[in-house]
Amino acid sequence: MSAPRTPSRAMPPQDRAARPGNRPDRKGTAVSDYNFAYLDEQTKRMIRRALLKALAVPGYQVPFASREMPMPYGWGTGGVQVTAACLTPGDRLKVIDQGADDTTNAVSIRRFFQRTAGVAVTERTADATVIQTRHRIPEQPLTEAQILVYQVPIPEPLRFLEPRETETRKMHELEEYGLMHVKLYEDIARHGEIATSYAYPVKVEGRYVMDPSPIPKFDNPKLADNPAIQLFGAGRESRIYAVPPYSQVVSLDFEDHPFVASKADHDCDLCGASESYLDEVITDDRGSRMFVCSDTDFCNARQAAGHRGRLSAQEVA
Amino acid sequence: MNAPLTSPLAGGFADPARDAAHAFRAVLDAMARPGRIHAVSGGAAPGLSAAAATVLLTLTDATTALHLAGALDNDALRRWIAFHTGAPLAAAADAGFALGRWPDLQPVTRFRIGEPAFPDRSATLIVEVERLEPDGPRLTGPGIRDTARLSLPETAAFRANRALFPLGFDIILTCGDRLAALPRSTIVEDC
Repeated sequence: MSAPRTPSRAMPPQDRAARPGNRPDRKGTAVSDYNFAYLDEQTKRMIRRALLKALAVPGYQVPFASREMPMPYGWGTGGVQVTAACLTPGDRLKVIDQGADDTTNAVSIRRFFQRTAGVAVTERTADATVIQTRHRIPEQPLTEAQILVYQVPIPEPLRFLEPRETETRKMHELEEYGLMHVKLYEDIARHGEIATSYAYPVKVEGRYVMDPSPIPKFDNPKLADNPAIQLFGAGRESRIYAVPPYSQVVSLDFEDHPFVASKADHDCDLCGASESYLDEVITDDRGSRMFVCSDTDFCNARQAAGHRGRLSAQEVA
Repeated sequence: MNAPLTSPLAGGFADPARDAAHAFRAVLDAMARPGRIHAVSGGAAPGLSAAAATVLLTLTDATTALHLAGALDNDALRRWIAFHTGAPLAAAADAGFALGRWPDLQPVTRFRIGEPAFPDRSATLIVEVERLEPDGPRLTGPGIRDTARLSLPETAAFRANRALFPLGFDIILTCGDRLAALPRSTIVEDC
């Protein structure tokens, strides 16, 4: 089978380079062929209206008309749409994927907004005004000048307990969350403790039970009383929700089995931090492993400040 | 309030995408932090504050029914809205957005408060006020670290609105080039 030649391939190279949107340097150079921040203005207004209602009813999932984005569902299309609706030209954007600034997903989303919005980018948490995140809250405390945008795969915390949207909507309406407590209880009955370790359900402002996205439960305490605005976007599921600053966010638990924000019982092998969330990395096929901070900016900053971990000596050499 | 506009074609955003982005960030922060006052710019409509005109340009379009209350329901403003936003005008009970001075919006119980299963299907009232200062009734609730104060036109209506939570309408107060917001989640107390 021979594929038909596309017109752009047939074009001589100098013409290809001259075509708008097809410039030779594709790395982070702003392109002017798109509207600011990619989305059209009517789409942004629709998302912006949903964001305001989401802030007015903390933890409630506002349906919105999610758009196709130039990346597949599951790659953060919800977060990207929320970020696009919030960005201003003066913003400094940070994108993290499981705490890391340098993974494929984070790099491609960061470059997407560099090109379509022309915004500055950074890897330093403290320098960012908008942070889009997949599955982590940065270790460094956020400030009032920051917005944290979460990418959410399944926004409905009750979905795996009740597959019907009509039913889960009714359960939120009636504040009927007994099923979630049953699920946590079954964890205790089976494992002796609440085994849910990520996407741990929370109750926001005493009303709505909310999925904090698949952040480790280690990060749950940071959801509460946070000075930053926290926005959640689920592209495939077409939902937006929010936690306003300084909100009450309580991880569900029982009096005799209180919530514990757990992490691997180690120090970081690169920077020695004992208080940060750690990734376990298998280093060979004989069972060797190391633990490193999942937040790369936090770990790099500590190493730059001279902190060392168990395995950092061989790195220096 | 503003210099009279000679044409309904004037008063739009000079750079729609960027002006709307700046205006929205101000509205977003205002709604996230009730009582905090932000300055916005870009819009100018006959008989409206710059802030109210900017909010209309930022949030309303042909998909949002808009209610004009009292003296603001005039021909000049209708034409400006038709040209710049295309928002269909609607009765109070059908509107997603309402615009007016506080006395003209009464009774505010006319406005949509959402449905128990869809509390987001509620009205946003854009209220033109004479004075917008961080004093007066005490605000507490989501978005407020300790307490905030805001010069509200009254408190009883907002307490009644809070009692409906998670239902209720949300409010954007506009005065000159400044705005503040009062979502339904905020607890308002006299002091």
